[in-house]
Amino acid sequence: MVSLKNKDIISIRDFTKEEILYALNMAMEMEERSYPELLKGKVLATLFFEPSTRTRMSFESAMKLLGGEVISFAEPSATSLVKGESLKDAVKIIEGYSDIIVIRHFLEGAPRLTADTVNIPVINAGDGANQHPTQTFLDLYTILRAKGSLEGLSVGFLGDLKYGRTVHSLAYALAHFPCQMLFISPPSLRMPAYQLEELRERGVKYSEHSSFEEVCHRLDVLYCTRIQQERFADPVEYEKVKGTYRLSKSLVEGLKVKPDFKILHPLPRVDEMDESLDETPYAVYFQQARSGIPVRKALLAAILGAK
Amino acid sequence: MRQLQVSAIKDGTVIDHIDSKSTFKVASILNIPAESRLILVGMNLSSRQLGKKGIIKIEGKVLNQEEANKIALIAPNATLNIIKNFEVVEKRRVSLPEELVGIVKCFNPNCISNHERIQTRLKVVKKAPVRLRCHYCERTMEGEDIELL
Ligand SMILES: Nc1ncnc2c1ncn2[C@@H]1O[C@H](COP(=O)(O)OP(=O)(O)OP(=O)(O)O)[C@@H](O)[C@H]1O
Ligand SMILES: [Mg+2]
Ligand SMILES: [Zn+2]
Repeated sequence: MVSLKNKDIISIRDFTKEEILYALNMAMEMEERSYPELLKGKVLATLFFEPSTRTRMSFESAMKLLGGEVISFAEPSATSLVKGESLKDAVKIIEGYSDIIVIRHFLEGAPRLTADTVNIPVINAGDGANQHPTQTFLDLYTILRAKGSLEGLSVGFLGDLKYGRTVHSLAYALAHFPCQMLFISPPSLRMPAYQLEELRERGVKYSEHSSFEEVCHRLDVLYCTRIQQERFADPVEYEKVKGTYRLSKSLVEGLKVKPDFKILHPLPRVDEMDESLDETPYAVYFQQARSGIPVRKALLAAILGAK
Repeated sequence: MRQLQVSAIKDGTVIDHIDSKSTFKVASILNIPAESRLILVGMNLSSRQLGKKGIIKIEGKVLNQEEANKIALIAPNATLNIIKNFEVVEKRRVSLPEELVGIVKCFNPNCISNHERIQTRLKVVKKAPVRLRCHYCERTMEGEDIELL
């Protein structure tokens, strides 16, 4: 039987298909009913070494909705960590104050090191350009809710596929389900070769494109991402690719997309998705953002063994 | 009995067929400078296979396979000879372990292993050509990106 009790959530690579489906089913339950006493007496420590208002609030809210407590430090600069204390020492001490740790860090691998160091479960809330696994769970959850299944879909990925960690993680997770993947990006922002090779080795059927218009009629789902200026060392390179894709209501309606075509976006957006799309049945990105609560409630409950 | 280019040992281990210029690196990975036993190290010995080879002889210690595998990344052709009473009683090849601990540096400057005092851990995801994935930051590296500590 599948159980996530005491499991760390560090990387989507650590999860089997069964474990993913188990967590998504539990998120459905969390959406249907409330469990205000489920984590009563449990303490969550949030350690955000890099600011992220939305992710942090979402975890704190999820914990409180299940009756748990949240502790955190106000600002990383206020802790002894900047005074040269090692992360290992710091998390060992925090382990004594809490039942579970949620950590975001600008250094990649810091959550893994934390999980290796402490005996309580650890959730990675984002480590640099590496992983943000709870985001991947909520992306999967949104697709599952919108399409009824994760099997056999044609999924398009659009935008910055080179640096976009949400894209890499979602593609990795969807490879558990026989999906067709279409990678749509400017040539300079293609999926990295090692990511493609790994998908190939896992038997995924994929293709690469630069035009959205040419392939959109084949898609069940589009995962749209923003091209992040901060990833470019050279501003000229950024100028070349920014604004490559601008989806709008009139554009999408003018193309022969499938009637139940759905668009996801991890938000925030820049100009790749016009606000005119928000009111169309294609847009599910606000539902996606709202799924953060049930999904994080489910993950907290599951690893604390409360359900 | 033929003449040995490096003196004989009675019981122990001979690591043969090391790419000559990697001999000291191999010795340091095996932590040989800290050993108190008799160690004989030869370099630039002529070899039909490698042109020039290095050799390390350790008296009184039988290196196990796991220890020997640590050197596979830099000395993939090495052979391990177990010597008993001056005779070679066993000959083994080295092969890459599943994980390299404290041997390779992670090439990602943003990786926690380059900031905290911890041992690096690189998983071997492919053996030929070698591809490694960092246990911490999950970045993969191959070829020139692979740098020894
Ligand atoms: N008693 C010993 N003390 C030290 N070194 C030894 C001893 N016996 C053999 N060696 C060394 O161990 C290695 C392997 O010995 P072996 O007699 O098997 O040589 P070989 O036939 O050339 O083997 P290979 O095919 O592996 O090159 C050689 O480098 C040899 O010089
Ligand atoms: Mg020989
Ligand atoms: Zn690393």
